Amino acid sequence: MDRLRFYLNDRLVEESGLSPTTTVLRYLRDRAHLTGTKEGCAEGDCGACTVAVLEEDGKGAPVLRAINSCLLLLPMVQGKRVYTVEALKEGGRYHLVQEALARELGSQCGYCTPGVTMALLEACHREDFNEPWKLDAQMCGNLCRCTGYRPIRDAAARVAGLRPADRFARALAETKPEPMELAYTAGPQRFFTPATLEALWDVLDAHPEARFVVGGTDLSLEVTKRFAEPPLLVSLEALRVLRTLEPRAGGHRVGATVTLTELEDYSRATCPPLERMARYFGARQIKNRATVGGNLCTASPIGDLAPVLISLGAEAVVLSRAGERRMALEDFFVDYRRTALRRGELLAFVDVPAQPAGARAIAYKVSKRRELDISSVSAGFRVVVDEQGRVREARLAYGGMSARPARASRAEAALVGQPWTEASVEAVLPLLDEDFTPRTDHRGSDWYRAQVAKNLLRGFFLETLSEPAPRLQERHAATVQVR
Amino acid sequence: MVAILSEVAPRESDVKSPLHAPALHESGLKHTSGEALYVDDLPLLPGTLVGHVIASPHAHARVVRKEARRALALPGVHAVLFAQDIPGVNDVCPVRGVHDEPLLAVDEVHCVGQSVALVVAESAALCRQAAALVEVEYEALPACLSIREALEQGSFLPHWLYPGPHLIRRGEPEAALLAAPVRIQGECMTGAQDHFYLETQASLAVMEEDGAVRLWSSTQHPSEVQEKVAEVLGLGRHQVTVEVPRMGGAFGGKETQAAPFAALAALGARATRRPVKVWLNRDQDMEQTGKRHPFWARYEAGFFEDGRLLALKAELVSDGGWSNDLSHAILDRALFHMDNAYFLPNVEVSGRVARTNQPSNTAFRGFGGPQGMFVVEEVLNRAAERLGLDPAEVRRLNYYHEPSEHRTHYGQLVEGNRLPRIHAELMASSEYARRRAEIDAFNAASRWTKRGIGYQPVKFGISFTTSFLNQAGALVVIYGDGTVQLNHGGTEMGQGLHTKMRAVCAHALGVPAEHVRVMTTATDKVPNTSATAASSGSDLNGQAVKAACEVLRERLRLVAAHLLQVDRAEAQGIVFAGGRVSHPAYPHRSLTFAELTHAAYQAQVSLSATGYYRTPDIGYDRKMGQGKPFHYFAFGGAVVEVEVSGLTGEHRVRRVDILHDVGSSLVPTIDRGQVEGGFIQGLGWLTCEEVLIDAKGRLLTHSPDTYKIPALGDAPEDFRVQLLERAPQDSTIHGSKAVGEPPFMLAIGAVTALRHAVAAFGPPRTEVQLASPATPEAILRAVEAARSVKR
Repeated sequence: MDRLRFYLNDRLVEESGLSPTTTVLRYLRDRAHLTGTKEGCAEGDCGACTVAVLEEDGKGAPVLRAINSCLLLLPMVQGKRVYTVEALKEGGRYHLVQEALARELGSQCGYCTPGVTMALLEACHREDFNEPWKLDAQMCGNLCRCTGYRPIRDAAARVAGLRPADRFARALAETKPEPMELAYTAGPQRFFTPATLEALWDVLDAHPEARFVVGGTDLSLEVTKRFAEPPLLVSLEALRVLRTLEPRAGGHRVGATVTLTELEDYSRATCPPLERMARYFGARQIKNRATVGGNLCTASPIGDLAPVLISLGAEAVVLSRAGERRMALEDFFVDYRRTALRRGELLAFVDVPAQPAGARAIAYKVSKRRELDISSVSAGFRVVVDEQGRVREARLAYGGMSARPARASRAEAALVGQPWTEASVEAVLPLLDEDFTPRTDHRGSDWYRAQVAKNLLRGFFLETLSEPAPRLQERHAATVQVR
Repeated sequence: MVAILSEVAPRESDVKSPLHAPALHESGLKHTSGEALYVDDLPLLPGTLVGHVIASPHAHARVVRKEARRALALPGVHAVLFAQDIPGVNDVCPVRGVHDEPLLAVDEVHCVGQSVALVVAESAALCRQAAALVEVEYEALPACLSIREALEQGSFLPHWLYPGPHLIRRGEPEAALLAAPVRIQGECMTGAQDHFYLETQASLAVMEEDGAVRLWSSTQHPSEVQEKVAEVLGLGRHQVTVEVPRMGGAFGGKETQAAPFAALAALGARATRRPVKVWLNRDQDMEQTGKRHPFWARYEAGFFEDGRLLALKAELVSDGGWSNDLSHAILDRALFHMDNAYFLPNVEVSGRVARTNQPSNTAFRGFGGPQGMFVVEEVLNRAAERLGLDPAEVRRLNYYHEPSEHRTHYGQLVEGNRLPRIHAELMASSEYARRRAEIDAFNAASRWTKRGIGYQPVKFGISFTTSFLNQAGALVVIYGDGTVQLNHGGTEMGQGLHTKMRAVCAHALGVPAEHVRVMTTATDKVPNTSATAASSGSDLNGQAVKAACEVLRERLRLVAAHLLQVDRAEAQGIVFAGGRVSHPAYPHRSLTFAELTHAAYQAQVSLSATGYYRTPDIGYDRKMGQGKPFHYFAFGGAVVEVEVSGLTGEHRVRRVDILHDVGSSLVPTIDRGQVEGGFIQGLGWLTCEEVLIDAKGRLLTHSPDTYKIPALGDAPEDFRVQLLERAPQDSTIHGSKAVGEPPFMLAIGAVTALRHAVAAFGPPRTEVQLASPATPEAILRAVEAARSVKR
C-alpha cells in the first residue's frame, strides 16, 4: 500500500500527500475537524488526546486500546480503526461511560474529559478487570486539574468491564484489522512498514540510514517537541515474529515489539520482578504503545526495563540478514544512549533465562510521582543464596545512576561469599559510592540518588527474607514494601 | 438515565426549584462528548492566520537590534510585529496608573519568556520557520533570579502609592516575645506552582467594521481583556468586544495573563486585516506565563507552655517576577491570612514584593492566602513538636472565640466563627484521637514505614480586597415562549458557576432549569465586570442575576394579577414555581410561565432586564493596616492521614476527612467538587509540584514530563467530604458561601501529617525540618535529619 488508509469512526479514510510524521491528534483537529480530542501536552503525559484504536494484540486477537493520539503518527494506524470521543454518542444517546462520568460530576472544566472518557471506554471493554488496583492503573494516564479524581475513580469503578453491546463491541466482533504494510512517500519524507523480515532487509539494504520505530512513544517527541521531520522511518510493527512472548527453556522469550501492556499481563503470573517494573513503567496509554525493544534501544540512562532484565541475566538477541548474535544485556548498552547495534541489525528478542534455585529478585522504580513519571532511580536486584545461606551470586543493576544502566560491580563482588544478612548488606553499601557517581538534575540530586540506591538494597534484603520474589501489595505507600 | 439538561426541548413540568439541590454540571455531558467548545475549537473563518510569540531567551538583556526582513521574505508570512508597531499604548499592566508591563519588549527584556515580537503566518510550522529567521540581538545583563538574590541586591517592586512595606501591627509583640516562656524562630519558603490548566492560553481576534475588533478569549476577565486590547490598539472600549465560550481551567492564571495574548492576537489581526489566533503550546505556556508567588518568611513566635500563642512577628517577601501584575494584592491577602483561624494577641506582620528576572507571578487559587497561612501553621507545628503536644489541640487552643469577641490583626471582627463547631464535629466523625493513638502504636512497631495524621482548620476572607471590584451585573432575557437566556458577568472555567447561576435564575422565575440557557460571557451583554476570581463568582453574580430576575418577576406579576383576576393588593402573593404562576388563595386559577410571558409580550411589557450588585460596607485602610476588607469568612477543616517510606521518601495519602462550610450550598454536588479539587490542588503545591530553573533563569520544568501535578493515584484512597449542615450565612446569595479557594488550604493538613510521620523516625519531641514542596527527596532529607537526632 502506498497510501495512508484507516477507519476513522468507522468511515474509511485514504490520504496521500500528508507528512508521514503528522500525528493523529493534529490530523483529527486540523484536517478532520474533530475538535473533541484535545492537545494538553503533546508528549503523552496528560492523556487529553486519548483515542481508542481497534487493533490486533500479540496473539492476533482484536482489542480496543486507549492510546495517546499526540504520539501516534498516521502510518501507525494503517489498516486500523480509530475512534474519537465523537463516536460515543449513538442515535442521539450518550454512551454509558459518558453518562457515568457526567453523573459523578467527573468533569469540571471539561478539557481533560474527552481523554478521560476514552480511557473509560477501554476500561469498559476490558475483560480482565478483576482487581481494584487496575482502576488506578487504567486511569493514571489522564491528568485532571479540577476534580481531584474521586469522581473519575468512581465512574471508572462503575463502568469497568461492563462490555456493553455498543458499536465498539460490534466492531470487535465483526471487523478485522487490515494489513499494516506500507511504503509511503510524501515530499522528502518516507515511511516503510514491511510485513516480512525479508522485506525489512531489502529496505535496510536500500536505506542503511533508516531509523526504526514501533510505538513511537519516544521517537514522536522529536516531532511534537523539537518539530523534527525525520526523513525515513521503518516501522517494525507488522513483523509478527517480533511479538513473540512465551516461556522458553524455563525462562521467557520476549519479542522486541511486545508492548508493555502485554508484558505486564504476561509477567504477572510468570515473573513477579518484571511485573513490578511493568506496573509503574508508565500510564496505560503509553504502555499500550511502548515496546520492550523501544525502551531498550533508546538506551536511556534510566531505562526502566534494563536494570530488571539485566538483574535477571537476560540476553539480547540481535538479528540481521547475516543471521543472529547474542550478548548479555548489560553489554548491549555501550554508552549514554548508545547500543551495540550495528547498521542493518535490529534487536529481535530478549531471552530471560530460568532463574537458579535460591534466587531472590525484585525490581524497583522510584520517581517523584508514583504513576506516569520517569524514574529518579530504578533498580533490579537478584541474589542467589545457597543452602548455607551464603550469597553465591549477586546481580545489582541500577538505572539513573550513571550514563547507562549498569551493574554495581564492586558491591556485587563484595557480597559474593558473604552470609545473606543485614550486616553483610550494610557492609557493602558504601561500595555503591565507588560504583556510581550520580548526577543532580530536576528529578533528584546526587545525594538523593546515592541514598536511595543504598536504601533500595536495604529494602530488597528485608523484602526477600521470607518470600524470594514478593508481589506488589495492592495498596502501598512506597516502592519498597517493608514495615 | 441522566437528564440531558441543555438539550431537551422545553416542556412544562412540576420540577422542584433547582436551588440547594444536587445537579449535574451544566456542561457535563457536553464535556464527555467533545461538544463543549473552547477557543481553540471554534470553527475558523477562511483566511485565519496563526500568531506566534517570539520570546526572550535571556533573563535580563538589552535588546540591541531587531530585524525581520528575512522572515518577511518567506511566502505565507504576513507580519512580524515589534513594539514600534503598536498603534496605542504598549502596556498591559492590570493595575491602573502603573505602566510596567510592555506588551512587546522595547529595548530591554526582563525575563526568559518575555514577549519580544509576534510572527503572523499561515501555519504554525511557517511561524516557527519565520521566527528562526527573525534576528533579535541581545546584550546579556546581570539577572536576579531568586528572593534571596533580590534581598541581597535590594531589588523590590514597591507599591505605587505606599512605597514602604505593608505593615499590620497590634499589641506589643516585642515585649510579649521577651516575656514568652517558649520562643520559636526560623525561616521558611513555599514554592511556585504552575496553574497547569489543561487548556493553555488561547485567543482569536477578528476585525469588524469601522476598525472594531471582536475576540474570543480564554480569560477570567473579559472586561480587562477588552480594556487592554482597546488601549493597545488605540480604540475606545466600545470598539472591542470580548467573548468567553468557556475555559479549560484557569485557577487565577487567566485573570490578568490572558490579556497580553489577546492583545497580541488583536494586534496581528489589525496589522493583517485577517483573523488571527494565538494559542500557546504547553511548553510555551509554562515558560511565558507567571506562577503562584514563591514566598520567603522569617518569623519569631512566643508561646505559653500549654501551646497558647502569645506573640508573632513575621516578615514576608514574595517573588513578584519582573513586573507588578497583582503582586501587591496577593501580598495583602497573604498578610491578612497570617492569623488563619487564630487570635494573635501581639502581632506584627510585614511584607514586601521582590523584583526578580522571572515571568511575572500572578493570581493562583488562594491568592497569597495559602502562602501566608503556611507560615503560621509552620509555627504551630514547630511549637507542638517542641512542647510534645497534639498539633490539633494547639490549634484548638488558639481559635478566635465564638460568640465573637475577637478582632483580626487588621481589625475586622471575626463573626460567625464556625471552627469550634467544625473542630468538634470533624474530630468525632474522623475518629481523630483513636486513629492518632493507633498510628503511634503502628509507628512504634514499624522501622522503615511510618504514618502520620494532621488536622488543618481554615478561615478564609471572602471579597476582593480591592474593594471597588466587588460589583457585578447580569442581563436576563425572557422570550415569548417562556424560555430564558441568562447573561452574567462571570466566566465559566469549570467551577460550575453557570450551573449555580442557572439555579438562581430558574428559582427566581419559577421555571425548570432546562428552560434557562446560560450564554457565553460577553462584554457587549454585561459590561464593566470584575474578574471571576477571589471565590466571588457566585456571591457577586448570583446577587446580580437575582436582582434582574426580580425586576422581571415584578413586571410579570402585574400581568399575572390581571390574568389570575387577583387584586393588585393581593399580587404580592402570586407564586412563581414549577413552571407555573398561581396564587395560593385561588388554586384553581393558574397559568404556565409561557402563557404569562406570551401575554406580557402582547401587553407590551419589556421582557429583559439588567441586575446589579455591589458588596456593602467593606473597606481597608492600607496606611493604618486596619479595616474590614471581607464581607464574611468561609471556614473548613480537614484531617489527613499519610504513610511515609523512610527508605525512599515516598508517601501516600491514606485517608482524608473534610468538613467544609459553604453556608446553604447553592448546588451541593458542585460545591463538593470544588472542595475535593481544591484540596488535591493544594496537595500538589505542597508535595509533588516543583518549579525549577537553571542558573540562567530558564525554566527546567516546562511540561508535564518534568512538572508533576497529582495524578489519579495520588488522590486519597479514602476521601470523605461533608458540607457543614444547617449553616446559612447572613446577607449572601440564598445563604450560600464562596467555595473556590478556601479548600485549597485544607491540604496544609498533609504537611502536619507528614511531619508527624517524619518525627516518628526520631526520638520523642523531634523537631522536623521539612522543606516545601515535600517531594520524596525533601521527605527523605527530613527523615535522615530526624534519624540523626540524639536520643
